[in-house]
This record gives sequence, structure tokens and C-alpha cells, in this order.
Amino acid sequence: MESLGLLMLIYVFVLAIFVGFELITKVPPTLHTPLMSGSNAISGITIVGAILSAGLEEFTISTILGMAAMIFATINVVGGFLVTDRMLKMFKKK
Amino acid sequence: MRIFIEIAYLISSVLFIFGIKNLSSPKTARKGNFLSALGMFIAIVVTLLDQHVLTYEWIIIGFVIGALIGSIMALKVPMTGMPQMVGLLNGFGGGASMLVAFSEYYKVVNFAMFTHDTQTNITLVLSILIGGVTFTGSLIAFGKLQGIVTGKVVRYPMQHPLNALLLLLVIAGGVYFVMEPELEWLVLGIGGVSLLLGVLLVLPIGGADMPVAISLLNSYSGLAASATGFVLQNNELIIAGALVGASGIILTNIMCKGMNRSLMNVVLGGWESAGAAGPAAAGESPKGQVKSVDAEELAMIFDAAESIIIVPGYGMAVAQAQHAVRDLFNLLESKGKKVRFAIHPVAGRMPGHMNVLLAEANIPYDKMLAMEEINDDFPNTDIALIIGANDVVNPAARHDKNSPIYGMPILNVDYAKTVVINKRSLNVGYAGIDNELFFYPNTLMYFGDAKEAITKLTHELKNY
Repeated sequence: MESLGLLMLIYVFVLAIFVGFELITKVPPTLHTPLMSGSNAISGITIVGAILSAGLEEFTISTILGMAAMIFATINVVGGFLVTDRMLKMFKKK
Repeated sequence: MRIFIEIAYLISSVLFIFGIKNLSSPKTARKGNFLSALGMFIAIVVTLLDQHVLTYEWIIIGFVIGALIGSIMALKVPMTGMPQMVGLLNGFGGGASMLVAFSEYYKVVNFAMFTHDTQTNITLVLSILIGGVTFTGSLIAFGKLQGIVTGKVVRYPMQHPLNALLLLLVIAGGVYFVMEPELEWLVLGIGGVSLLLGVLLVLPIGGADMPVAISLLNSYSGLAASATGFVLQNNELIIAGALVGASGIILTNIMCKGMNRSLMNVVLGGWESAGAAGPAAAGESPKGQVKSVDAEELAMIFDAAESIIIVPGYGMAVAQAQHAVRDLFNLLESKGKKVRFAIHPVAGRMPGHMNVLLAEANIPYDKMLAMEEINDDFPNTDIALIIGANDVVNPAARHDKNSPIYGMPILNVDYAKTVVINKRSLNVGYAGIDNELFFYPNTLMYFGDAKEAITKLTHELKNY
């Protein structure tokens, strides 16, 4: 990884943090639990890394670790989005 | 192909941002969650098209197992168990990041391509550290909430020096690893110490401080994903992880303010927990007579009241009393009374937990008010009904400098004309201190399990 490449990644990271702060301060306390489980589901984006690791051609220890990561990340993603939807369904206005 | 994948990742990141933006109102929140899920779907599909993915069998097996476990968990968990569920999911996110980092390392080992690339190796260590701490830390938090691990504050000798030493060990190991990336035992050691650190950091946190711990771990799980993004040089992971990291930090900050603790103390993971003080103040505990009422008398008082504020706490969650509370709420409203809910930021075991429970019982969300929205209204309120909350309504926080909760913002329930406290006994709350509110002249104690007691009150009230 060349320095300029790393700098670009840091750029993206810092800007995304600012976007995150702007977005999240607008979420009312009523929705803090769904926000947390929903954003947690987004952190399951590691699934992208898991796919790359589990999809190696040769079966090595990397593949095994990748598959374990795949299971973990999928639980995070599927469980997170489903449970958030379950909660949000209850927030209907009467 | 590369360009196509990158554009798809960009679209996916934008969907995450819109998804969170839509969470700012209950009206659009569900759509927002759908947009985020769509973003995730796009990210997964384009990754499968990546030319580095050469075989799909392990991916599919992993996905099916994970999806099955995830859906069962999500559909089975009761709303009262939401803090544990979120805690556990955090852990899986962190664990996945750590596993991906290890997998990347072994990829390099197997193909003997030690590049001595400092930046990649630094991010690898960071990913293992944050992922590992998140994984075991979340498992401990889950265990505490589920009652598998003690919910009490666990003290061990040399707590802070030990944690500092372990962290230094990881840093020193990391520096050495960057110079000598061939050393497999070093990476494994860093992983092992990180896992241990997660346990040691969360173990001392008591049940009452769990909202802070859960939101902090939420932030870590995002940062772990970001760190993995640095390892893989993938912008999408960095963006999504940063969004979650920011969300967790903001919620942690709100929780800290709600409990009058500093963020720094929490990040260091060993703040002076209120529970540590214990019932030390027993000798100087407020004395006097408490006035206890039964359902019949209470129904009379409620019938005469015009405005009522209900303050739900963890006791309501434990007793699963939210539906009984809803029945009482409906009855009071049908009698033309003004009924609202006041929710303290750290009520329950995770941010917003009470709101979810009340929503489950079909209480309109515009009746749930945050502390700062409703605190000035207590003096004009006839009855403040407290259901299983304790420390968040303790007036000692305002004036008793010796109290462990001194300075913590509380709901001003004692300013209401009549305070009714539903509790099973006079026992102390999580902070382990007596509540002088029980002995106030305008306070009435209504003893009993929340569900039974509220149902009984509703029943009596129907006769009026």
C-alpha cells in the first residue's frame, strides 16, 4: 500500500465520521434502540471481507477462517436487519 | 469490472447514508432500514462478482448457516431481551472483523508473500485488536444481561495497571510484528491478548452501566469493520464502519451525560462504577415512615387526577408489564385525563429500550417524552407514577454530594403533587443506594410486582 493510497483511505474514513455525526445527532431518543441495532447490522459490512477470504481457490486455513467470518458476519447482517424491522414495525402512530 | 464494482460500492454506501437519515423519524424509519439492507445486498452481490472470488461453496455454506442462526435469533427474541441481542450481534460483527484479518494474514503466509508493507501490517494489527476486544467484550456484556455472568461489578487486583500492561503488550507486539511479519506466534499472541482484554474491560462494568457499555461496543464493532476496510483497502468497509463508529460514540456520549460520567472514563474501561460504593451509606440512610397504599385507595387518587406522568424503568421490563401499563394508559385516556410517559436516557439496559417496550404495547410514540422535554412539567402534574425505576428519580443526585449518583441528571418526579412508586420492596436500585424519595411527604409506595399491581389498579379504576 503506497502512502498516497493510505492517505485516500484516511480521507474517506474522516469524512464518513463527520457524515455519521451529522446523521445520528438527528435521530430522536425514541429510536435509539433501532438505530443501534440497524447501524450494527451495517457494521456487518465485514461480510464483504469474509466473502473475499472464503472464496479463495485453494482450500487453506484462510478459507476456514473466511468461512467462520462469513458465518459471524451473516448472523450480524441478517439478524440485525430483521430485528430492527421487527422493532420499527411497532412504532406506528395511532 | 473493477470500475463497475467500485461504483456499486459507492451506491451501496449512499444507501447506508440515506438509510440512517431516514431513521430520524418513526414515520420513515422502516423505509430507512430497508434502504440500508438494500445497500448491504448490493455490496454482497458485487463482491461475489469480484475476480478474487474463485470458489463459492464455502461462501454459500457460511451464508446459509449464518442466515439461519441470524433469522432464528431475530424472530425469537422478546422485546425485553433486545439489549442482549444487540450485544451479541455486536460481538459477531467484531469477531468477523478479527477472523477476516487473520484470514488475510494466512493468505500472505501460504503464498509466502511477506511484503514488509508497514501500512498493511499496522492495519492488520488494529483490525485484530479492535475486533478481538469487541468480540469477547460483547460476549461478556451478553452474559451479564442474560444472567450467565454476574451483573455485579467485578473487581480484580491491579485492574487498571493490568489492562494498561496488556494494551502496551499488544502495541509492542504490533510494532515488532510490523518489522518481522513472518512471526506467526506473534499474530496469534496479539489476537489472544486482545480477546483477554475484551473480557477484562467489560467484566468490571455493572448492570446499571450496561447502556454505556453496549453503545461503546456498538461503536467498536463499527471501528473494527473500518479497520478491516483498511486491511483490504476497501472504501465501502471504511465508510460503513465509520458511520457505525460515529453512531456508537454519539449514543455513548448521550448515555454518559445521562449518568454523569465522562466519556474518557468509559473508554478507559474502569470508571468508578456507582455500584462499587455499595450500600455504604447505610448508616446515614434516610429514616422515616413510608406511606403505602393499596389498589383501591390508589384508584380513588387516580380518578381524581387530571394529569399523569408515567415513568417506566427496568422493573417494568423485568415484569413484562408494558401491556398492563398500556391498559391503564387507555383507561385513563378514556376518562379524559392527560397521560404521558417520561423516559430517562439511561432507563433500561440500552439506549431507547423503554421506548421499544412501550411501542410493543402499542403506546403512541408521541406520548413518550425525553427527560429534557418533560422535566419542567412535573410541578404542574397531579401524579407521577414510577414503575420499577429507582436511581433515575433519586433526588439525592441533586443535593447529596456524598451520593455516588451526585450530579446525575434525574427526572424531577418529586415536584409532582403526588408521587406514586410501584416497586416490589424498599430495596435499593442498581446504584446500591437508598432512595430518599420513598420517605417524602408527597410519596405513596404501591408495593407489588409491576404487572400484577398495575393490572389490579386498572381493575379497581374501572369501578369509578
